[in-house]
Amino acid sequence: MSNEEIKSAVIASTGTAGIVQQSPKISAKDFCAYFGKFKALNNINIDVPEKKVVAIIGPSGCGKSTFLRSINRMHEVVGGTITGSLTLDGEEIMKSDAVMIRRKIGMVFQKPNPFPTMSIFNNVIAGYKLNGHHNKKNLAEIVEKSLRQAALWDEVKDKLNKSGADISGGQQQRLCIARTIAINPEVILMDEPASALDPISTAKIEELIFELKKDYTIVIVTHNTQQAARVSDSTAFFYMGELIEYSGTKKMFTSPEKKQTEDYITGRFG
Amino acid sequence: MEKRVELNTFSFFRRKIVNAVMLSLSLLAAIITIIPLILIFYYTISKGITYLNLDFFIHMPKPVGESGGGMANAIVGTLILIGIGGAIGIPVGILTGTYLSEFGNNKFGFMVRFLTDVLSGIPSIVVGVVAYTMVVIPMRHFSALAGGIALGILMIPTITRTTEEMIRLVPQSYREAGLALGIQKWKTTLLIVLRTAWKGIATGILLGLSRAAGETAPLLFTALGNRFWSTKIFQPMASLTVYIYDYAKAPFEDWNKQAWTAALVLILIISFFSLMFRIITRSKYKV
Repeated sequence: MSNEEIKSAVIASTGTAGIVQQSPKISAKDFCAYFGKFKALNNINIDVPEKKVVAIIGPSGCGKSTFLRSINRMHEVVGGTITGSLTLDGEEIMKSDAVMIRRKIGMVFQKPNPFPTMSIFNNVIAGYKLNGHHNKKNLAEIVEKSLRQAALWDEVKDKLNKSGADISGGQQQRLCIARTIAINPEVILMDEPASALDPISTAKIEELIFELKKDYTIVIVTHNTQQAARVSDSTAFFYMGELIEYSGTKKMFTSPEKKQTEDYITGRFG
Repeated sequence: MEKRVELNTFSFFRRKIVNAVMLSLSLLAAIITIIPLILIFYYTISKGITYLNLDFFIHMPKPVGESGGGMANAIVGTLILIGIGGAIGIPVGILTGTYLSEFGNNKFGFMVRFLTDVLSGIPSIVVGVVAYTMVVIPMRHFSALAGGIALGILMIPTITRTTEEMIRLVPQSYREAGLALGIQKWKTTLLIVLRTAWKGIATGILLGLSRAAGETAPLLFTALGNRFWSTKIFQPMASLTVYIYDYAKAPFEDWNKQAWTAALVLILIISFFSLMFRIITRSKYKV
């Protein structure tokens, strides 16, 4: 996929040409990721524009989670390696400090994982506090703001001292989102955030994504093509470690360029 | 057709009988398991209760021939010895266990894990001999410090392996959640992983302390024993187990009875620890 195509994709997705002038928030060039000798991703070229939602779809094992986990350097936690270029605001992610990168790029996981030994309050503030901020005055304020942003405040405001594991799965996932935005990141990565949730909780998460993109750049991996169609501005289709197609979500789901993409989104394979 | 029905009925009864037999056998084994414990409690309480009074806790042992007296020095001695042992065994054990589970997937970790298992199999008297050679001989006299070191070494394998196992049980997703929040690895390990596994680790500490509190052999030629009041760690120190050993084999009936009381007090001390740990580690939240 050439740069021209990507540009046209972004234009198609946003409807304005202006956004293209702006440099991308995250940019991958000839990016490859490995597990040992196994090449999980091959020559990925993709630009993620600021304050937009990019969805990554594709069948299991296509490398979409690996790509997501490379962005906040969680890929190396499981012993993976990468080659090529991956930048945040033009700076090489691999050359920056992993801890600083993760403070700028938050992540929400597939299975809700609030810390079970901490209260809801402490779960939200965990990242902020353990990152070395001890200004006690702000804590309550940050917790409320984050929980409100995660659309969870009204449901938990009376039980902030309860365990983070004592609320429903959907609430736990929104708690994890609140915990992520409490450290004020620039980008939020979501790895199938709704796949373990029921349809109502899923709808809440999707609404939330819609709200969050006003302030954050979001990259979401999903198995659910309809979800990608609902929440994202642009969609990338990965297959067997390759980026097959990347274009505006509307275009992708109405007139995909590649046969493989069409087959996948219409449910003919995958 | 009829034959098949008969066969089924037969196998049905056979299955019932086999089930009943195996169930009875395992029940019997369970009863055999608890009998020794019941006997231990029965004997120590019935025989030890005679001398179990305030005097036993606050008085010193009386000279041979005089009746009465207590084991205040031995009770305090045992607590000090466990304290020294714990001061060595608990931090070393927890840190080693943490290293093994979080950073020990390499040859060195494998070696440490193997040697820890070997260490847990070493007879306690051998550890005592080593402490004797390493501490008592250079210092030229028996000391509580030497006893405490021996007990500390004995605690290390139990605490290490329990810590490792308990930390391994913490789901990977909590570590990833911590790291993804931009929390440094050491903070994630200490404040999220260890905190989640804390209850299990406390059980390991308790097992280590209990085992150390009950050891006699390694104390015989390290802390030695002391008939007088002493809290100096560079001097020989009395302990309940050594008193039990001395008093139980003494030819005086009075002493034999006091040995039972000492045994009872030892059990009470360990139970007290157990209770305290339960209270301390009781969490508001289910883990």
